[in-house]
Amino acid sequence: MSTQTIERAAERVAQATPSGLSRRIAGLSDGAIAWLFVSPTIVLLLAINIFPLLWTIYLSFTNYRANQPGRAIRWIGTRNYERLLGSEDIWGYMQATAHFVCWTMALQVLLGLGLALLINRNFKGASFWTTVILIPMMLSPAVVGTFWTYLYQPQTGIFSYIVNLFADVGPLNMIGSVELAPWAIVIADTWMWTPYIMLLCLAGLRSIPDYLYEAAEVDRANTWQKFWYITLPRVLPFLMLAVLFRGIENFKMFDMVVELTSGGPGSTTELASINLKREAFEKWRTGYSSAFAIILFVTVFGLGNIYVKALNRVKS
Amino acid sequence: MRVLKTCAVAAVLTAGVVNGAYAQEKEITLCWAAWDPANALVELSKDFTAESGIKMNFEFVPWTNFADRMLNELNSGGKLCDLMIGDSQWIGGGAVYGHYVKLNEFFDKEGISMDDFLPATVNAYSTWPKGTPNYYALPAMGDALGWVYRKDWFARPEIQAAFKEKYGRDLEVPKNWDELMETAEFFQGREIDGKKVYGAAIYTERGSEGITMGVTAALYAWGFKYENTPGKYDMDGAVNSPAAVEALEAYKKFYECCTPPGHSDAYMVANLDAYKSGQVAMQMNWFAFFPGIAKDEAVGGDVSGFFANPRETVEGSTLGGQGISVVAYSDKQEEALQYIKWFAQPEVQAKWWKLGGYSCHKAVAGAPDFPTSTPFAGEFLKAMGSVKDFWQEPTYAELLLAMQKRVHDYVVADKGTAQEALDKLIEDWTITFEDDGKI
Amino acid sequence: MSVSTKAYSVSESGKRTKWLAGGMVVVYALVSMIPLVWIVLTGFKSPPDSIAYPPKVVFEPTMEGYVNLFTSRSRQTPEYIESLGPPQTWYDALVRERNMVITGPSRFLGRYWNSIVIGFGSTFLAVFLGTLAAYAFSRFRIPLKDDLLFFILSTRMMPPIAVAIPIFLMYRELGLSDTALGIILLYTAVNLSLSVWLLKGFVDEIPREYEEAAVIDGYSRLQAFVKVVLPQMRAGIAATAIFCLIFAWNEYAFALLLTSGQAQTAPPFIPIIIGEGGLDWPAVAAGTTLFLLPVVIFTVLLRDQLLRGITFGAVRK
Repeated sequence: MSTQTIERAAERVAQATPSGLSRRIAGLSDGAIAWLFVSPTIVLLLAINIFPLLWTIYLSFTNYRANQPGRAIRWIGTRNYERLLGSEDIWGYMQATAHFVCWTMALQVLLGLGLALLINRNFKGASFWTTVILIPMMLSPAVVGTFWTYLYQPQTGIFSYIVNLFADVGPLNMIGSVELAPWAIVIADTWMWTPYIMLLCLAGLRSIPDYLYEAAEVDRANTWQKFWYITLPRVLPFLMLAVLFRGIENFKMFDMVVELTSGGPGSTTELASINLKREAFEKWRTGYSSAFAIILFVTVFGLGNIYVKALNRVKS
Repeated sequence: MRVLKTCAVAAVLTAGVVNGAYAQEKEITLCWAAWDPANALVELSKDFTAESGIKMNFEFVPWTNFADRMLNELNSGGKLCDLMIGDSQWIGGGAVYGHYVKLNEFFDKEGISMDDFLPATVNAYSTWPKGTPNYYALPAMGDALGWVYRKDWFARPEIQAAFKEKYGRDLEVPKNWDELMETAEFFQGREIDGKKVYGAAIYTERGSEGITMGVTAALYAWGFKYENTPGKYDMDGAVNSPAAVEALEAYKKFYECCTPPGHSDAYMVANLDAYKSGQVAMQMNWFAFFPGIAKDEAVGGDVSGFFANPRETVEGSTLGGQGISVVAYSDKQEEALQYIKWFAQPEVQAKWWKLGGYSCHKAVAGAPDFPTSTPFAGEFLKAMGSVKDFWQEPTYAELLLAMQKRVHDYVVADKGTAQEALDKLIEDWTITFEDDGKI
Repeated sequence: MSVSTKAYSVSESGKRTKWLAGGMVVVYALVSMIPLVWIVLTGFKSPPDSIAYPPKVVFEPTMEGYVNLFTSRSRQTPEYIESLGPPQTWYDALVRERNMVITGPSRFLGRYWNSIVIGFGSTFLAVFLGTLAAYAFSRFRIPLKDDLLFFILSTRMMPPIAVAIPIFLMYRELGLSDTALGIILLYTAVNLSLSVWLLKGFVDEIPREYEEAAVIDGYSRLQAFVKVVLPQMRAGIAATAIFCLIFAWNEYAFALLLTSGQAQTAPPFIPIIIGEGGLDWPAVAAGTTLFLLPVVIFTVLLRDQLLRGITFGAVRK
């Protein structure tokens, strides 16, 4: 840059920025701007995410109860963790969570991938119908849970009614029966989130260049071979990414299920987060529930990392 | 940048409006559950506003969320409620954790005497520690768990004949739990007026306190005790006594044989629905709803009859009801106390009963014509004569949730036996009491 | 076999396959719309119709659900209602048919308004801060940049209930419990991770040459950012904003635990709209309809941006 340009530039800046203060701001160095721009975000995240996380870790080693502010906080070492890991009930909640996560993922992958393959046929009106299919996943999960309780009413609900049009099974007590309740939440979640998996699969499908199929055609590959050797490997990274995002969300699932079954009947659908809420905000065992929260966090984080490694292997 | 600008303008505007809404003065907020008596209280409180010029706001939360929301509010030191009509079991926590203002001094100054209120209600709704003259609330709403039945169905000759043929006795108001269950069984699946009806709607709700309140109705009738020696927390042999096991088994049998299909998560509102729509012959519910039922368009008048919880081995009813307290975090305690002073007057208490609230004042509930004043008043007094309450310990929420889980797992989800459920309950409760330093 | 090059491609299949695929997709779409359509219809049913057996598809529409949604009512004796004189408005008349009188407005509007305030407030903050941070992350050398970015993303791995425990304690100390400000700050923090990741992707796509040219023209770095980069980011900012807004609009767990009366939003409120002596399904359905409507509209408007938003920018078109 020539001296002349710099002088001209300085002149212009001086004209464009009337007051001394704004000139000072406008003339900030890159480093200062970077600092100025990033720090509010970092400060807010530190205050509302990291500091609380550290606090939770601390509390998990104490007997603190948030409803007894006057009580002295006592350090009790790993007793909360021992209690949690030794508790039969916790394993029950984890099993319920695993059942929910595994089945929702399996069903949604099947339906979502199928739908994406169909939509990719580019029929007339595909764009419109895709948008229609997307609607459920944009809705509020708690509100979805609420109105599914209405649809699931055994006597008067439309779900039982429609099922009975096809098979004469009598009133279906979806929420109240031990056998059906775990499936009631799986069905509602599948209704809501299949579009998500579909959308990502669609992105994967669209990323496959046409020439691959043309080459396969030359090699006389049949439809199945084309799917197995071209489509699937290309879609898989997208599909796995979708499963990662949804898997984490469903592991943390609270809102929809709490409105749908509130964990019942008994503890059949008491997912980990629902029980965490009971321990933390109904029983007010803050220390104990902090330990539970940390265990859940570590589980999500651990499983997520293992999964990401697998994902990277698939990608390469 | 239009998006950003619009957002900014919207944010500023809305913030302004929100702040403006808090600017009014001389108004207090009363928090309670959303149910019939709360509507009556709104009506009653108009007189207070007229007299004092203090505007009343009401925050009513449905029962299934009531404890959760309001205890959260108290524990977060919130200023939403100036007056709280909190459940009887909260009094321990309210006193020990300092959520409620202690009222002794105020009562003395204003000449309000607890001797003017029914002793059972003072003990249950106002005192902590139990049985000591330390008051944290004024008894506001007496309540207990009772039963409603279809008087019109019970009176039909063909139904009476069928009943007599089957059970060899007359169809009448059940005198004990065996008869109660027999009657429910009799109606289960019967066709009345071309419609299939069911035996009874009982509490089975999982989320808040529903099934515990229902099961304790059975437990108390079987002579249930929480401790062998009061105040010692020695629960083994009391909570899981053979009688308790029998009572819990009976409740499960009741649920399985004689309730409408899908009645697996029902509390007050669901029972009312089932009853008012003519699905069931009987329902278990709080006395608080009975004035509403008596004037209901479908089941009011002579259609419905009422009875207190029947005995099995002893008389016993589950206690409901609430006292009214001043929240310690409120900035308007003066006005709140003024409301309590007004509410304690005998004339106001009389009007309270007339509008559908259960006054605990002796001038009202102790009056000679009280038992005959409504079809349920006599039964109400009978129930209040033998009420028992759940733990009122500061840790009550924890104790309640444990019972909800154990009982629902057994009764509705069909897991394990009654003995196991109660044994596990003792384990849960022991941990809670140990953590709280009580044992 | 036809020789057209297009015929080889899977995406250009034969007419019959296309028809079949289209048919199946349409069937799925229609089936998945049944719950929503049913809820919208229920909003116009009378309470008895809403619990009729078998479910009523054809019914006489009424505004009772909406009236019940916006009012609170109390049950009175027919004599008392008689004494009030003729009803003043159509909704008065509607309510009186059920032996009720309107005692005042319900809390629904207030909760809905809270949702709007909190939604827009937190969206504005998240997008504003996110834009600045995204620009800095994209353009400047920042120590530990990758770690910071990963840290920002990882804050979404915590279950909301776990976050809510310490936030509850913190807000209690700071007096932020049940305030719109507290919830706005919290939602901003949660949305920031999405907003930074998404917006960084958008900034990355804007060629640096534009700014460099502007700087040569005499603009300062900051001026170049405001006058050159920001206008280019417009579409990205709009898309991000709508995602933040939808999150804040739909959020339930924090709202349930950290608000009670003054700052409560609609999601924890809608499930507890009750009628006297029964869950008032038409009113719940009416509230649900009004609450979901804006989101459905946004979804339709936004469909092209959806993919990027819901994958944290991991997938671009």
